[in-house]
Amino acid sequence: MARLDIENLVKRYGDFHAVRDVSLSIADGEFLVLLGPSGCGKTTTLRMVAGFIEPTAGRVLLGGQDVTLLPPWKRNAGMVFQSYALFPHLTVAQNVAFGLEMRKIPRADIEKRVEEVLALVRLSGYGGRLPRQLSGGQQQRVALARALAIRPDVLLLDEPLSNLDAKLRQEVRVEIRELQRQLGLTTVMVTHDQEEALTMADRLVVMSEGEVRQVGSQRDLYERPANRFVAGFVGRSTFLDGTIDTPGHFRTSGGLELKCAGNRTGAAVLSLRPERVEIGPVSLQGGPLAGLDNRLSGTVEFVSYLGSLIDIHVRLSPADRLVVQIANREGGFSPDVGQPVHVGWPLSAGQVFTA
Amino acid sequence: MIAVIRRRAGRWALNGAAGLALAYILLPLIFVVWLAFFRQEIPSFPPEGYSLKWFAAILDQRKFVDGFSLSFRVGVLATLTGLVLGVPAALCLVRYNFTLRGPLANLLLMPVVVPGVVLGTAMYVFQVEVENGLDVDVLGTFYALVAGHVVIVIPWVVRLVTASLAGVDRTIEEAAQNLGANAWVTFWRITLPSIRPGIVAGALFGFVTSFGNLEMSLFLVGPGRTTLPIVILQYLEWKIDPTIAAVSVVQILLIGGAMLLTDRYVKLARVV
Repeated sequence: MARLDIENLVKRYGDFHAVRDVSLSIADGEFLVLLGPSGCGKTTTLRMVAGFIEPTAGRVLLGGQDVTLLPPWKRNAGMVFQSYALFPHLTVAQNVAFGLEMRKIPRADIEKRVEEVLALVRLSGYGGRLPRQLSGGQQQRVALARALAIRPDVLLLDEPLSNLDAKLRQEVRVEIRELQRQLGLTTVMVTHDQEEALTMADRLVVMSEGEVRQVGSQRDLYERPANRFVAGFVGRSTFLDGTIDTPGHFRTSGGLELKCAGNRTGAAVLSLRPERVEIGPVSLQGGPLAGLDNRLSGTVEFVSYLGSLIDIHVRLSPADRLVVQIANREGGFSPDVGQPVHVGWPLSAGQVFTA
Repeated sequence: MIAVIRRRAGRWALNGAAGLALAYILLPLIFVVWLAFFRQEIPSFPPEGYSLKWFAAILDQRKFVDGFSLSFRVGVLATLTGLVLGVPAALCLVRYNFTLRGPLANLLLMPVVVPGVVLGTAMYVFQVEVENGLDVDVLGTFYALVAGHVVIVIPWVVRLVTASLAGVDRTIEEAAQNLGANAWVTFWRITLPSIRPGIVAGALFGFVTSFGNLEMSLFLVGPGRTTLPIVILQYLEWKIDPTIAAVSVVQILLIGGAMLLTDRYVKLARVV
């Protein structure tokens, strides 16, 4: 295993910038996840690391060695493809042995290594089967075993779980993560599924439109999103548009006067996490909302019942609507559509971004 | 009740139509096979008796044996050449997007659409011109005949390999490269085996087309070099005894046998 450095990577197709100036360093043994909506450049970045796409500019360093101009077969990077890409005419054992044969490893050693790796992914005894005789989950583990067999410097995972059903996906996430820790694999995974990203990563990179929007831990991204995109993409946020004339005073486009943190001025967006906003009945004057920096009255416009949680959409002004998420507790406050309510939040719950 | 009757009637009509079509295709073949075993020289019904002498008669006539041998050699060589040219062509057509890709694909399939006589005339004139221009023997040589047949083999190879390639996941090639295989090794170890059904089927159909070709061969054969279909035609001009039927039976058996054998390794129904 080795560290991986990506320096000022750019990929242009004509006028279209698929990747704009991406720089990342992945430490030895680190699990990094590239997260973003489709078309954000995350897969292009991964494929440039694997060598399938030639960068327009920038460098890729694997273990300190510049591999930017090397063809894929001369880089020691193991990749797991979204479709698994198992060789349909070869058995499981032959699939896993392929990379070892390419490395001219003696026959006897190959057999031993294939056995070891298949045991690692709990597929001992499946060596003689053809890929089409396996279930989706088993095929996925063969793909992983095949990539691990070559003892790669870096493991590249391209949406490896997207073809599995929801229940299996949860198990495989944990399995891959444990295997990665146990073997100390430097890993880069690409996904558009934020739950997957949050459960597996040591560190996350949020991308959109070919650019890195923020790099950080799960907590960093959720608690301190760097911009409106990250606040909306990682977790959920309500955005209120408005302006700040004097620092600390936010006026929404609907005319509401709110207190906010920071000292920026001008056109701005106030972002609120639905579960950080409190909600209560109007009649209660003090109660749970007392002491909150912002307290407003509104009307319940829409309620969605999610089981353990309830989403309540509250109309604050003709132009401003807020989503509040509450836990579904026995005897808890649960307003109906049309009911007037009070909402409130502390200064620290609101994030201000430039519009 | 009426619905059930209607559905049954529909099924009967469909099966009946399919049976009629099948009989229309098979009956002449059945008659030919039957005829090959008649004892009398002039085919007439009912047969006077049965005999295997017409099969023995084939071997007595050198022209049938020579014709068979020539057709076989031309077919094999044309098929091999057609594969060498057609497989890369199919790869290019499927994998790369370039100007004139559509017209080129149509051009490669053209020889199966153009009438054989037209193709033969064109090939004849072309070979005469080449002969005049280069001042070497072209027309009537074995290799010129093979060259002509390559043209009618290529459409089958291109069409069936193209169909086969469409079902191949391109990422398996990337996976091979990722595991350390260069472009050449990837082609031999991964791409080629996954399009093998298309290649085998293309080769088989190409060979059968070449083996049975009459029209183009008529223009291209030289003195003393006659392919089997031409031998049959010439024989039929003078005689109609069951020798021809016997020759046909041998052909049917060979081609049918080749198909059955191929089908054991490659499911032809999946590619064709």
